[in-house]
Amino acid sequence: MSTTLTTKEAPAGGDPSPSWISERSGRGDAIFKGLTIAAAALILLALASVFIFLFTQGFAGFTQPAEVYSKYGSSFWGYVWPLLASTIVASLIALIIAVPLAIGIALVITQYAPSWLSTPVAYVIDLLAAVPSVVYGLWAGIYLAPKLVPIYEWLHEHLGFIPLFGDVVSSGRSISTAGLVLAIMILPIITAISREVFSRTPRLHREAALALGATRWEMIRMTVFPYGRSGVISAVMLGLGRALGETMAVVMVLSPGTLFTFNLFSGSNTPSIAANIALRYKERSEGTLEVLIATGLVLFLLTFAINFAARWAVARSERKLAG
Amino acid sequence: MAKSIDVSDLDIYYGDFLAVQGVNMTIRARSVTAFIGPSGCGKSTFLRSLNRMHEVIPGARVEGKVSVDGQSLYDANVDPVAVRRQIGMVFQRPNPFPTMSIYDNVLAGNRLNSKRMKKSEADAIVERSLKGANLWGEVKDRLGKPGMGLSGGQQQRLCIARAIAVEPQVLLMDEPCSALDPISTSAIEDLIHELKTQFTIVIVTHNMQQAARVSDETGFFNLKGAGQPGHLVEFNSTEKMFANPDNDATEAYISGRFG
Ligand SMILES: Nc1ncnc2c1ncn2[C@@H]1O[C@H](COP(=O)(O)OP(=O)(O)O)[C@@H](O)[C@H]1O
Ligand SMILES: [Mg+2]
Repeated sequence: MSTTLTTKEAPAGGDPSPSWISERSGRGDAIFKGLTIAAAALILLALASVFIFLFTQGFAGFTQPAEVYSKYGSSFWGYVWPLLASTIVASLIALIIAVPLAIGIALVITQYAPSWLSTPVAYVIDLLAAVPSVVYGLWAGIYLAPKLVPIYEWLHEHLGFIPLFGDVVSSGRSISTAGLVLAIMILPIITAISREVFSRTPRLHREAALALGATRWEMIRMTVFPYGRSGVISAVMLGLGRALGETMAVVMVLSPGTLFTFNLFSGSNTPSIAANIALRYKERSEGTLEVLIATGLVLFLLTFAINFAARWAVARSERKLAG
Repeated sequence: MAKSIDVSDLDIYYGDFLAVQGVNMTIRARSVTAFIGPSGCGKSTFLRSLNRMHEVIPGARVEGKVSVDGQSLYDANVDPVAVRRQIGMVFQRPNPFPTMSIYDNVLAGNRLNSKRMKKSEADAIVERSLKGANLWGEVKDRLGKPGMGLSGGQQQRLCIARAIAVEPQVLLMDEPCSALDPISTSAIEDLIHELKTQFTIVIVTHNMQQAARVSDETGFFNLKGAGQPGHLVEFNSTEKMFANPDNDATEAYISGRFG
């Protein structure tokens, strides 16, 4: 561009500066830009410092002498894998229960229910998110767990040939109960985000489907789902992140065991990584802290990997669409 | 397969708001009928009541009678989904499905009607519909590409192809050219001329020359005043409407001496 009118660096000796150059708006933009960059940098800094902390403090945890892992195994990996497996299994149970439910509720609220019904339902679901996790833990450990025993018994009796449905612990405080509580805890966030993206499906596209003679469900499949897919995946990732990291509810529901079994109803499963850190944090014996921090690092890397995988999957499917 | 439409004493509401009042008209089969009138007088609303798209808006309803070849559209036992499969619609803004390829966009309606389709059959429908919409030559080498990658005019013709792929009896078009450039507009006007040999076409347009060029009959809608319902002022052959309308308001509107 040959014009110098819009740049502030224009030589002062030229024409008198035209009045449409406003110093004020330029400064506002500069301040806003600075703030944005600062905020972004702060987030990255916090993330980096957490990672550096986990790495430097936890690194020693990988190579502690066998006694430190005590009854759990003879090496760090022997110690961490049951915890990791419990974490993943509890979170998977939570997702399997919560995701279809959340999507269903979001669909009913946005597509089917009249507004006098959908508004209060949406409100109540949002309220679920406001309940502190310690309260969920109390409720589930004391009240819900025993109530679930008959259901577990029934599943064990009729589907016991599947190793997942083994012997039932009499307290009901098993990994399946933990998964169920986690499901309730992640339901609101997944529902709220799904509801938001579903309700934003452009009317243009919904009407395109309806005008072709689509039933409401067909319209949802043709427009609402494809349009909302990446948003729903983000919602699921947020829910999963919360489930993986949730501590109190799992601490209070699971009776801390020492091994991993595929029996979801067993009372002897290890807690999840986060719950284990909370449980053993006070011990403070030599080397234990390092080991706990190292497990924290493992959890951090796991959530990171899952998030990256999900982003990648979304980006790839969107690239395919953009073709 | 083209059918005629009879409308009698039709009142159209959004909740308690009466948007269009007392419309009577007969739309002939295999002809192009245009609706003109100022913005907000209810042209779109009326058009959408002809394939029961009006009622997808919460609280929207109609009173009165619309029948297509004698079959009343608003009878209790009539399924609106079935009505929309017979009476296709093209919207003001092109709206191909963004997640579908050109090929899948054309077949979207057919896939609703019959789940199982042979590949050869599907290919034939796609080719016939795209040719019908004058789009085949431009897209035949990239049928697998997303419909959103096309220009606005091409997207609108894709939407027309999608609407005619199911071989509807009536095709409703709501200002189909208003978002398009003059060249795309004339392509679509040519297309309307060809389509009327097979379909009954009803088109809303804010462009008087367009109404004069494409339609056989024209209806003029107007508002009595702000906040008042829209109504049909005059319905006559296009020739008469533009040369010698019965109503003074029609004449004023068409000659541009309006308001
Ligand atoms: N979704 C809607 N809800 C409530 N009122 C509407 C809606 N759509 C249109 N209207 C009203 O109905 C009247 C007719 O609108 P419309 O049919 O869009 O007119 P036109 O297509 O002739 O410009 C206007 O008063 C408009 O405000
Ligand atoms: Mg309109």
